[in-house]
Amino acid sequence: MPENRLIVNSSPHLKSMRTTRGIMFDVIIALVPAVIFSIYFFSYIAAVIVAVSTATAVLFEVLYNLVAKKKQTAGNLSAVVTGIILALNLPPVKSSIWIAAIGTFVAIVIVKMLFGGIGKNIFNPAIAARVFLTVSFAGQMTAWVAPGVDGISTATPLALIQNGTSVGYLDLFLGNIGGSLGETSALALLIGLLWLLARKVITWHIPVSFIGTVALFSFFFGQDPLFHVLAGGLLLGAIFMATDYVTSPTTWIGKLIFGFGCGLITIAIRLFGNLPEGVSFSILFMNALVPLIDRYTVPKSFGEVKANA
Amino acid sequence: MKQKNRIKGGVKTPHYKNTAKAETKVMPAPEKVEITMLHHIGAPCLPTVGKGDQVFVGTKIGDSDKFVSAPIHSSVSGTVTEIKKRLMSNGAYVDSVVIKSDGLQTIDPAIEPPVVNTREDFIRAIRESGLVGLGGAGFPAHVKLNPPKDKKIDYLLINAAECEPYITSDYRESIENSWNVISGINIVMDFLGIENVLIGVEDNKPATVKVLNDIADTDKKITAVSLKSKYPQGAEKMLIYALTGRKVPAGGLPMDVGVIVMNVASVSFVAKYLKTGMPLVRKRLTVDGAVVREPANVDACIGTYIKDLIDFCGGFTEEPYKILMGGPMMGVAQYTVDTPILKQNNAILAFNKKQSILPEQTACIRCGNCVRACPMSLMPQQLDLLSNSGNAEGLVKYNVMSCIECGSCSYVCPAKRHLVQAIRKGKTIVKTKGSK
Repeated sequence: MPENRLIVNSSPHLKSMRTTRGIMFDVIIALVPAVIFSIYFFSYIAAVIVAVSTATAVLFEVLYNLVAKKKQTAGNLSAVVTGIILALNLPPVKSSIWIAAIGTFVAIVIVKMLFGGIGKNIFNPAIAARVFLTVSFAGQMTAWVAPGVDGISTATPLALIQNGTSVGYLDLFLGNIGGSLGETSALALLIGLLWLLARKVITWHIPVSFIGTVALFSFFFGQDPLFHVLAGGLLLGAIFMATDYVTSPTTWIGKLIFGFGCGLITIAIRLFGNLPEGVSFSILFMNALVPLIDRYTVPKSFGEVKANA
Repeated sequence: MKQKNRIKGGVKTPHYKNTAKAETKVMPAPEKVEITMLHHIGAPCLPTVGKGDQVFVGTKIGDSDKFVSAPIHSSVSGTVTEIKKRLMSNGAYVDSVVIKSDGLQTIDPAIEPPVVNTREDFIRAIRESGLVGLGGAGFPAHVKLNPPKDKKIDYLLINAAECEPYITSDYRESIENSWNVISGINIVMDFLGIENVLIGVEDNKPATVKVLNDIADTDKKITAVSLKSKYPQGAEKMLIYALTGRKVPAGGLPMDVGVIVMNVASVSFVAKYLKTGMPLVRKRLTVDGAVVREPANVDACIGTYIKDLIDFCGGFTEEPYKILMGGPMMGVAQYTVDTPILKQNNAILAFNKKQSILPEQTACIRCGNCVRACPMSLMPQQLDLLSNSGNAEGLVKYNVMSCIECGSCSYVCPAKRHLVQAIRKGKTIVKTKGSK
């Protein structure tokens, strides 16, 4: 018997089937409704933007690993997720095609890989890239157009309401409004949320505390909570970007604090800031606080004894 | 009786209870057994026999004057051929007595049922029986059953949860020897003056609950309780919490919360021993895994080599890649099939290549699954980081010593991190740095 081949390792000797790649695949499936709705409302340009963004995201990760002589990691599909989410954050216009490529470079190379790759980045790559693009290419990033093939310029609901124009709930819910590719259709995003919850990819804590805080504070300040929930990038951010594992707390209490903080900053920017939208900034800011939140939300371990003085 | 689910965390592992329906097969004495001098937590025994000595079934061959230890007896009749050093799984070299069997299985003439009238007699008898916790940990029973006077014990809990996949040896014990289980419980209750007994069983074994409750019917103080099938329901601290709602403090023992926990096979042995006086020399084990031809529960002599045990079960169907003592979640991988079985072994599993090679570990994505899975409410991903950076202070702060090494975190990790391994290393870092 060739017993010198017996494998000896630390227990456990049984592992679940779930893998990083599998989780990323579930996120991609959850993003599909938003992608389909964006193509439906904004025509072929949406498909082109998603394709370019995804392809360049993967390309930059592969190239980085080649240059840095690291093991290829694109197989875990996280670059695909970043690519799709970044695309959903861009306006449905032609300039977004090259903007997407710049964005994925920032997201993948600068925000993710230079910090050590998946799991090591402090900021959510797509959010950081969106903020970078908003600041650097303000014109292109706010080139909102109304749904349809004609590409007529319009304003987003949040900008409209600042001017006193109202938008119908049904249009908000379905996504028949101006905005970035993926943020307009609440319906598509909620389908994605259900999938993520059903597959246990994420828990309810961050989306509920984030969205709940926005609703609550908009109500306190005499605004329409439902409008604030449906408008802008709140659902996209709360469901797909604030819930990024790497850049959010790991405990449920930490997640609630994180979501609350995101909601508070979002509503503060929306109501009192110069910008119509604050979701990306709020998530980016809260990303930076995650290590601090983690430090103060260590769960009490089973049978933990309080140290005697 | 059905208990609501109290424990936090845990994981849903597959059950693989393939051998549950098979009646235990009694394996005849092999030609040679090797009985190590360490079957328990505590001090190893010193051999009380030498090369060439004649021994019988039940002859004492090892003992110790240390408090936490338990004597060891021969499982065959025959001749001691060698006393050698054996490398144990924990890395220590321990004396090991090799006995060539004469095939007669002659019982030691000195063996007779012990005379037990008082609590002191009982504890002494239990010590002489060589009983250790048969659930796997191997804590000497006479120590466990003799708590200091200031510890008031009001609950005896019997562990029949058997939450590890594959293993069915406790299940077979409860079904085949149910009367011994109940009478063993009564004996312990009487001598220790304990009034309440709960038997914890996972709800994938309704037969155990029914059989034990049926025969315990005359005495309402013994109740078998059905617990949710969730790993690690049978871990001692989890079982105590699930059944009584009491939490053993970190670093404490069950007696600190007024509880004694015994494995179902241990308590059954107590009854058998008081009837016959035959010390612990045989053990029922589940032999299973993809490469075992005829998986079964086997009643084997302690000291039987794994190789012989597997041969008794029809041998290997193909080359084994991993041999485990115990279940897949907490079992210890063996480096050779020439390893003899121990008192507290409850399973030998042999895996094929696919089952044996674990996936490569990739970067932690901080998904938090390990945090949710940890029944002790620890943060395994944080401990992994701290252990890999050798941060003793941080490890203590994050309660590394509280880890029960159940493996739930490693099981759920999508990045396939070797979390338990890192935590074990972390415990060593804390111990060697002497930090408290």
